[in-house]
Amino acid sequence: MPRMTMIEAIRSAIDISMERDGKVVVFGEDVGYFGGVFRCTAGLQQKYGKTRCFDTPISELGIVGTAIGMAAYGLRPCVEVQFADYVYPAYDQIVSEAARIRYRSNGQFTCPIVVRMPSGGGIFGGQTHSQSPEALFTHVCGLKVVVPSNPRDAKGLLISAIEDPDPVIFLEPKRLYNGPFDGHHERPVTPWSGHPLGEVDAGHFTVPLGKAEVRRQGSSVTVLAYGTMVYVAEAAAQETGIDAEIIDLRTLLPLDLDAIIESVRKTGRCVIVHEATLTSGFGAELAALVQEHCFYQLEAPVGRVTGWDTPYPHAQEWDYFPGPARVGEALVRAMEA
Amino acid sequence: MMDDFPPLSLHVPEPAVRPGGTPDFSNVPIPKAGSVPRPPVDVDPRDIRDLAFSIIRVLNREGEAVGPWSGLLSDEALLEGLRHMMTLRAFDARMLMAQRQGKTSFYMQHMGEEAVSCAFRKALEPGDMNFPTYRQAGLLIAGGYPMVDMMNQIFSNEADPLKGRQLPIMYSSKEHGFFSISGNLGTQFVQAVGWAMASAISNDTRIAAGWIGDGSTAESDFHAALVFASTYRAPVVLNIVNNQWAISTFQGIARGGAGTFAARGLGFGIPALRVDGNDYLAVYAVARWAAERARRNLGPTLVEYVTYRVGAHSTSDDPSAYRPKDESEAWPLGDPVIRLKNHLVRRGVWSEERHRQAEAEVMDSVIMAQKEAEKHGTLHSGGKPSVRDMFEGVYAEMPPHLRRQRHQAGV
Repeated sequence: MPRMTMIEAIRSAIDISMERDGKVVVFGEDVGYFGGVFRCTAGLQQKYGKTRCFDTPISELGIVGTAIGMAAYGLRPCVEVQFADYVYPAYDQIVSEAARIRYRSNGQFTCPIVVRMPSGGGIFGGQTHSQSPEALFTHVCGLKVVVPSNPRDAKGLLISAIEDPDPVIFLEPKRLYNGPFDGHHERPVTPWSGHPLGEVDAGHFTVPLGKAEVRRQGSSVTVLAYGTMVYVAEAAAQETGIDAEIIDLRTLLPLDLDAIIESVRKTGRCVIVHEATLTSGFGAELAALVQEHCFYQLEAPVGRVTGWDTPYPHAQEWDYFPGPARVGEALVRAMEA
Repeated sequence: MMDDFPPLSLHVPEPAVRPGGTPDFSNVPIPKAGSVPRPPVDVDPRDIRDLAFSIIRVLNREGEAVGPWSGLLSDEALLEGLRHMMTLRAFDARMLMAQRQGKTSFYMQHMGEEAVSCAFRKALEPGDMNFPTYRQAGLLIAGGYPMVDMMNQIFSNEADPLKGRQLPIMYSSKEHGFFSISGNLGTQFVQAVGWAMASAISNDTRIAAGWIGDGSTAESDFHAALVFASTYRAPVVLNIVNNQWAISTFQGIARGGAGTFAARGLGFGIPALRVDGNDYLAVYAVARWAAERARRNLGPTLVEYVTYRVGAHSTSDDPSAYRPKDESEAWPLGDPVIRLKNHLVRRGVWSEERHRQAEAEVMDSVIMAQKEAEKHGTLHSGGKPSVRDMFEGVYAEMPPHLRRQRHQAGV
């Protein structure tokens, strides 16, 4: 089976989707001729022509707004917002339009679009290239929100997203593009070539939306994580020697609540980890669901390890980033409670 | 050095007149009907810049159709157009009354603007798509959409095609080329460009039309729409309905220092035309010109319809608080229904008596439709959409969390 980076896996997903369905079109800033600043669309314009893969003006509102119109026509746009930090000019189009068109028109018009965007930090991107805005989308009914953590999932989930009949926000943790990252920034980068999830089927396959995956079986405490934090949690479990069960949520909306309940009822403890800021973050929703469904099995308060409630800093990146030491402390606290 | 400059002061535009004053439209220059040339559709936009500052008019004060934009519509087509506008006006009157009677929560009327959407619709072909605002119901009426279905939507009753989910008058009909009205302002303008781009990508022959009001041109969506339409030469007609008022705010607040709204298109290299929005013949002629440009793959056209919102913004608005009560009577472009009626009388195919008769017939047909709709219920009485419908259609397939919530709601 071929080995792919997450970038190659994403490119393969788009390529296969474009090949299978002439209605799939791809556009965004720098995505056409150049193939995207992260190279996720490299070669697609050459292969499919510039009316199916093209550069746009610098207008996220325009990118998403025209994608919605194209979807209403019957195309399946898969558009790129260059950094998740830049999605806000398109927010009204996503929240008030894409998410509601099926509902408000009683299904006469639908909006099968995918809005891809690199998210998260760990690359010294400062406050404008590091954000994790997933909670701003999980609060919006009508959207689906996906965060892959490895090349195989990225490809299977993206194909599912493109084939999905509803709008999907697809957040790509950019620190994972070229290799898994456990938060030990001082160590050499490990490439996907050495990781089992870097083995990706070259053909068409899907990973279903709304299904979590257990990344590490364990009996002592459940860790709910997604994206980069899956590897940070794995490192924390290994370093503390705590037998954590690590669940990679993969899709935040709709959420695989059954997988969460099953694990927390088994372990009786739960730590939630995300890179986004704490207050009203997605962890708050997860904590509420866990106490609602697992209260009588809980042996300890539900813990949260997240980015601090500050803008994403530049020089202090590794003080901000919720690394394995902080996650490890939370695991120990959960076990000692 | 700094002493050489007086203190700065902020300019805040004001309308010419406020309540209590004498209406004054001397700042709206009205060119003579027939005086604006009709260029070929493949004209270089740079050669028609002055059309963004003039007003294309066909009907003169004597009710004659004159000039190069006239002569496109038959007697039958004009009589049909008159009937559409009269129907829209009667429909508005009945629905305003229904709102006051508590049969619905909200209504928005078209008084004074009927020609814009009614005439524009006739320039489109089946399959073309409008992305309308809340004041283009003429697109539906002139497009043959049943009034009963419009009313069912307004009453949010058991037969509401939108299942009670949308605010009254936010219609949607894919079949009739009418995209679901958002209610958020300006968002649909750039979507129309996207739809048109999709048609071009698909080597289709269909075109799109975007709609926006004078006030909403200030939204970023307007700018994005013009950028994308210009860059990709999208087959779209971009319509600005300048009815002078954005709720209580006069058009000068959104227009600022620009000469006209149409002139906003010039910097994008988009042909921009201003047209008498109260002149059915002029609206049709310009719409057909712009639609032909789109269909010949010549790209977008920006059209500003100069008109006047005679009624309140909505049933929640009282214009006497911010403009003279008799301002609409002073509006120099007159009333679209009366102007077309006078023209048809002048053509010898219509009379005052037939007009009165037609008014009664039109009102009867509206009342009949209303009776039919009310059989299915009104907002607070009779048949309603089911509470189950509230949970349907958020997604193609209901996800588990919504199934749980529907269960909790006991439906």
